[in-house]
Amino acid sequence: MKDILRGELVRLTAEEPEMLARLESQWSADSEYSRLLDWDPARRFSAKSSQKWIEKHYEKEDNHVFAIRTLDGERVIGEIGLDIIYWTHRDCFVGIGLGEREFWGKGYGTDAMRIILRYAFTELNLERVSLDVFEYNQRGVRSYEKAGFVMEGRKRGLIQREGRRWDVLYMGILREDWLKLERENEKEKP
Amino acid sequence: MSIDTPLFDGKLIRLGPIDHEKDPEIVSRWTHDAGFMRMMYTDPLRPLSAWQVKKKLEELEKSIEENKNIFHFRIHIKSDDRLVGFAELLWISWTNLSGHIRLGIGAPEDLRKGYGRETLGLLLRYAFDELNLYRLSAVIPEYNLPAQSLFKSFGFVEEVRRRQALERDSRRWDLLDFGLLAGEWKEERK
Repeated sequence: MKDILRGELVRLTAEEPEMLARLESQWSADSEYSRLLDWDPARRFSAKSSQKWIEKHYEKEDNHVFAIRTLDGERVIGEIGLDIIYWTHRDCFVGIGLGEREFWGKGYGTDAMRIILRYAFTELNLERVSLDVFEYNQRGVRSYEKAGFVMEGRKRGLIQREGRRWDVLYMGILREDWLKLERENEKEKP
Repeated sequence: MSIDTPLFDGKLIRLGPIDHEKDPEIVSRWTHDAGFMRMMYTDPLRPLSAWQVKKKLEELEKSIEENKNIFHFRIHIKSDDRLVGFAELLWISWTNLSGHIRLGIGAPEDLRKGYGRETLGLLLRYAFDELNLYRLSAVIPEYNLPAQSLFKSFGFVEEVRRRQALERDSRRWDLLDFGLLAGEWKEERK
């Protein structure tokens, strides 16, 4: 069986909480990153508070959050996870963040998303994966579309930043659509 | 509407606080009604004893005190003070002035009497004129047509359709998000 947690640019790993916490604390210095990630106010997190949060997640049996490591250079550049899973309905929400901004817009996030979709559909056997993304994060939207997500609607003016209201966009991908994409990709391979 | 217009009193119903002595037994009966539970919640149906409900209501009260982002009311009939349901504003983001709204009438014999309609009217006034929220969201399953038509009649519009996000009775259903902006609500009342 192939390594389902490995893509073309990155692989998904578990890292030591202490190292990950140090990175998260550094990443929180980038306010744009924080504002792409969360609708709560951007703030600085200490390594200690990040570590507590990470350990709490890692201790849970039902944890599906991974670090994103580049294949070339073995750098930890971000995190991706299925943070909410509705097991009876086999639906979940995925969240992704690339704290190292030099890796934005180069396919690393899309590759990580493709890996976690494969994990969601072939290992967890979910029926759909959902996400939300802020209107001002068009790079995110393009990446999610490339991974196979389609737009399912927008909550009008859900957040306020820089003195104006912004929509939050909702996207989703169904298992059957993902399988279709996979078959097409297989055919295209030489 | 003015400062002396009551926020908690309608013609038929009144909004009150949790009664930790009397409520559990009545709510326990509602949780044994699969029809009510599946219209109201997407979590798996689980009947609760009065003792379990009492614990849950205590947790809810604690969360209200700690988190300051939930406003919870019990719906009582004015004429005989009978408890017929609950209504709440929850998941409020104070920096974004956005929140969720939901309400439920527990017993089948209390449906279609206008209690829900009156409650929703009061709750919207509370959300927009007392909490000064910018917008509200309501999550409603595709199969809950009465709730959809109630919310639409107050100006809520369908914003997101998460395709096939639920599975019940061996088929998949969409999960809908409705939204209402304060401006739309105020315009409606002119």
